[in-house]
Order: sequence, then C-alpha cells, then structure tokens
Amino acid sequence: MTSSHTPVAAKAPAQAAPRPRLSPRRRRSMLRGAQYVVLAAAVIAVAVLADWHQLQQQFLELSVAKRMFPDLLTVALTNTVAYTLSGFGVGLVLGLIVALMRLSSVAPYRWLASFYIEVFRGLPALLIFIFIGVGIPLAFPGLAIPGGAYGQVAVALGLVAAAYMAETIRAGIQAVPRGQMEAARTLGMSHARAMWSIVIPQAFRIIVPPLTNELVLLFKDSSLVLFLGVSLQTRELTKFGRDLASETANTTPIFVAGLCYLLITVPLGYVVRRLEAGHAKAR
Amino acid sequence: MSAASEPSGSMREHKGTGMTNATTTADTPTPTRAIEIRALHKSFGDLQVLRGIDFTIDTGEVVCVIGPSGSGKSTLLRCTNLLEQPTQGQVLIAGTDITDPDVDIDRLRRRIGMVFQQFNLFAHLSVLDNLTIAQRRVLGRDKAEAVQVARQNLVRVGLADKEDSYPAQLSGGQQQRVAIARALSMGPELMLFDEPTSALDPELVGDVLAVMRGLADDGMTMMVVTHEMGFAREVADRVVFMDDGVIVEQGTPDEVLTNPRQPRTREFLARVLRPADTVTKS
Repeated sequence: MTSSHTPVAAKAPAQAAPRPRLSPRRRRSMLRGAQYVVLAAAVIAVAVLADWHQLQQQFLELSVAKRMFPDLLTVALTNTVAYTLSGFGVGLVLGLIVALMRLSSVAPYRWLASFYIEVFRGLPALLIFIFIGVGIPLAFPGLAIPGGAYGQVAVALGLVAAAYMAETIRAGIQAVPRGQMEAARTLGMSHARAMWSIVIPQAFRIIVPPLTNELVLLFKDSSLVLFLGVSLQTRELTKFGRDLASETANTTPIFVAGLCYLLITVPLGYVVRRLEAGHAKAR
Repeated sequence: MSAASEPSGSMREHKGTGMTNATTTADTPTPTRAIEIRALHKSFGDLQVLRGIDFTIDTGEVVCVIGPSGSGKSTLLRCTNLLEQPTQGQVLIAGTDITDPDVDIDRLRRRIGMVFQQFNLFAHLSVLDNLTIAQRRVLGRDKAEAVQVARQNLVRVGLADKEDSYPAQLSGGQQQRVAIARALSMGPELMLFDEPTSALDPELVGDVLAVMRGLADDGMTMMVVTHEMGFAREVADRVVFMDDGVIVEQGTPDEVLTNPRQPRTREFLARVLRPADTVTKS
C-alpha cells in the first residue's frame, strides 16, 4: 500500500523525525498558563507594595465622605439627573424634527438637516456649552434663555444630543419596511398620518437601545455644566465633587461622585443589553 | 358597510349574486367601469416597465393578471391606486381620472382595498387595532363602530379568535387573511391583490384563496395578480396575460389558459404548468 503512494512515503520520515516541537494546542495552553502567572504576580505586587492606608485616606476618607451628605443626593445627583433628562427631552424632540427634515422630499430641508447634523456632531460639546453660557449672553445682552442654568444646560445638551439622535431616528425610520407606509397609504392615510401612527412608533421600538445609549452619554456630558459657572444650588455631581475636593484637599469627593455616575450608567448599560437581546429575539 | 359611498353608490345596485360567471356580464347592457386604464406607460429611469396598457374591469368582475416575473403586472396593479405614479396615460376609477392632480388620492384610496404579497400588517398593533386604526383615523368612525366592523370582517376571514394577537404571532396565511379583513373594513368597492399567496408556505395558500373565492362569490370587484393558475381558472371572469410591459392576450380562463392563441402565452403556460409542478403541489 505505502509503496504505491510515493509522496506520502517520502513525507512520512520528515514528520516522524524527533523534533522537540510542541503542537499548536500545547503551545497555546502553555502561553495561557504563563499569562495567568504574570497576572497573579502583578496582583500580589500591587497588594504588597501599595500604601493601602494612604490610598484609603485619599480616596475613601469616611469623614470627608460624610460631609458630602445629604447635598450629594439632594442637590448634586438630583441636578445631574435633571440636566440629563431635560437635555434628552430637548434632544429627542429636536432630533425627531431634524430626522424628518433629513428624510423630506424637499431638498432645502434635507440640506439644513445635514448641515445641522454635521456641525453639531463635529463640535466638542464643551465648545457648545461655552457658546451658550458665555457667547450668547455676550452677543445678545437682552436675550436670556429661560430657566437660568437649567434652561442653558437643556439647550446646550439638547443641541448636541439632537444631532446624534437625528441620525439614530433617521436610521430607525428607514429600518421600518417600506410596505408599512404603503399599506397605510392604501388605507387612505395621508403621508403625515401614516408617518405618525404607523412608521414612527415602529421606528422608536427599533431605536430604544441606541437612544438609551445616548442617555448614558448625556449623563456624562452633563458634567460640562462645570464651565457655565453654576451656583451652589445648581451644582451637579462633578462640580460638587471638585469643589469639595479642593476644599478638603482630599480626593474622596471625586471618587464618591464617580461612584454616583456608575450607579446610574452601569444599570442603564445593563438595560440596553437586555433590550438589544430582547430585540434580537423578537426579530 | 360602505361608509364611503359618494358618487359610486349606484355601482353596486345592478349587481346580483350570480356574478361569478363571465357570461352574466352580457346581461347588463352598459356595465359600470370599475377601472379603466388608457395608454398607460410607466418607466423607472431607462427601464420601460409598462408600454401602453389599455384595460378595463367592470364592476363585479374578477380579473386575474398572470405573466412572467418582470412583465409589469405588479406595476400595473400599483399604478391602479397610484402607489406608482404613471409616466403617461390615465387611470380612471369609477369614472374619476386619478392621475389628475386635483383628485384627492387619499380619499380615493379609501375605496380601493389592497392586499400585498408581504401582508404588511402593522407590526406594532394587535389584529383588532390593525383593522380599526384606519377606520377611526381616516373614516372617523367611533371606536364601537370600528370594532364592530372589524369583528364582522374577522369572522368573514375565519379569524374571530385572533383579534388580540400580534402579527408576529400569526402564520403567514393568517396574516394575509387579517390583511384582507383590514382592507375590507374600509368598505372598499374594489380590491387589488398583489400576488397574495406568493410569500406563503404551500399548505397555507388554500385558506387565503378560499377567502378570496368567498369575496368573489359576494360580488366584489377584484383585480388579482397571481401565479395560482387553479384559482385563475376557477374564480376569474377574465384572465389577462402580460409580458414585457404589454397585454399579450386576455379572455375567459378557458380561452387564455386552455386554448391560448398567442405563442408567448403558450410558452409561459407550458413553463408554469409543468407536470413536475402539479405533482409536487398535490
């Protein structure tokens, strides 16, 4: 048998040669073992070498943390939530309008919408905050955005969020099968009625996960209020933490403020993943 | 039933129950034209899909349009309620030229039911809401009346027990029957069917065809684009064969399906009615 297949016969001795090479599988498990060893060594090194007492004093000084209450919750966290939700609301309404303009059959509407999206997605949110907080009052002394700091933040965050949301909403509307609009039109609905009653409700179901993501981003962006020169009563988490940190020369307030953000963003992220999984199942 | 019975109210009167045979059209001296299409052309860019269609459907008539894919039959159907804007020519529905820019197309579409290949049920609404939303938003019926009409039509398609289901919970055949009930709930004078059974699993086709047959027996004016030759043979008053954007041949099912005169028709039928097909179907 083997003599008839010369190529095999010729190859066989080469393979059988006693080379001390590991098979790929063995090599991989060796490598992985080495990584575990390095990781464990690093953890032990940190645990032994770190000055835990110093760290605890800087980041988790209970006496400092206690000073943060109750304002941390009644003022800072409440304001962060209020800024975020108001910005989200403004962004959602404005974003829907921009998305519909972007999909309009009227060309100038489309141009305007594209212009808006490009500009506000391309600018740093911080710059828009400064523009709203400093630029507008300087340029139009008589003009004041109603609601003081709350109004300014709602507008600034809303303007930024709308640009991102408009693209999300547009994608959602386009993801609704064309037949839905056609079926609605054949039942005698006007284009606007069909959009409002049939297409948009389905589009929003599709985009709930990305919109929730946008909400998470806004939570973090609300910290930019810092640059609007807010008063004691309108401070939010970051400003509150920073003020107290410089007052006490201790990092604990920043650390605690950070925990508050995570307290909201981590569960929201979990909700997004659940929604996405549920959506994948429903489709 | 028919709330939208403005100028065409007289259309239904001279229509008895025995309208299923093609020969009965001869009894009425001047039957009302439900659809009249004149010199219809439709192009998508350089592609000429319809190249001069002249075509009428009388009130109460059931017309099946057959032909190879790409022959323009679906486009013809979609031009009939202006889902596609004709490039040239006229479409008259009960005497009204709907290509006239002064015509309120939303008003006119209430009178023309349409059933799609892909059902197109509103995915976010329950079956009952699918059937009531246009009645309420378009016809302005109150909820009680809309629900009553919807339930009557669900009984008609044999799905009275499914009113709380959502489209995704229904089989294709059930979805299509709901879609028919949804169109009927508007009280249309005329029903357009765009390959209503083409997206269905073979075992589900029968239920949908049975509902359509019932509609035809009740005297509904129907234009059906279909590949179901059996249905065309048994239910249609007239069969229209289209190819390459023109009507090649039309006549009674017997004339067109059994004794076609045009070679193109014969060629198509030979391909569609292959013995292999009939074996797998039965």
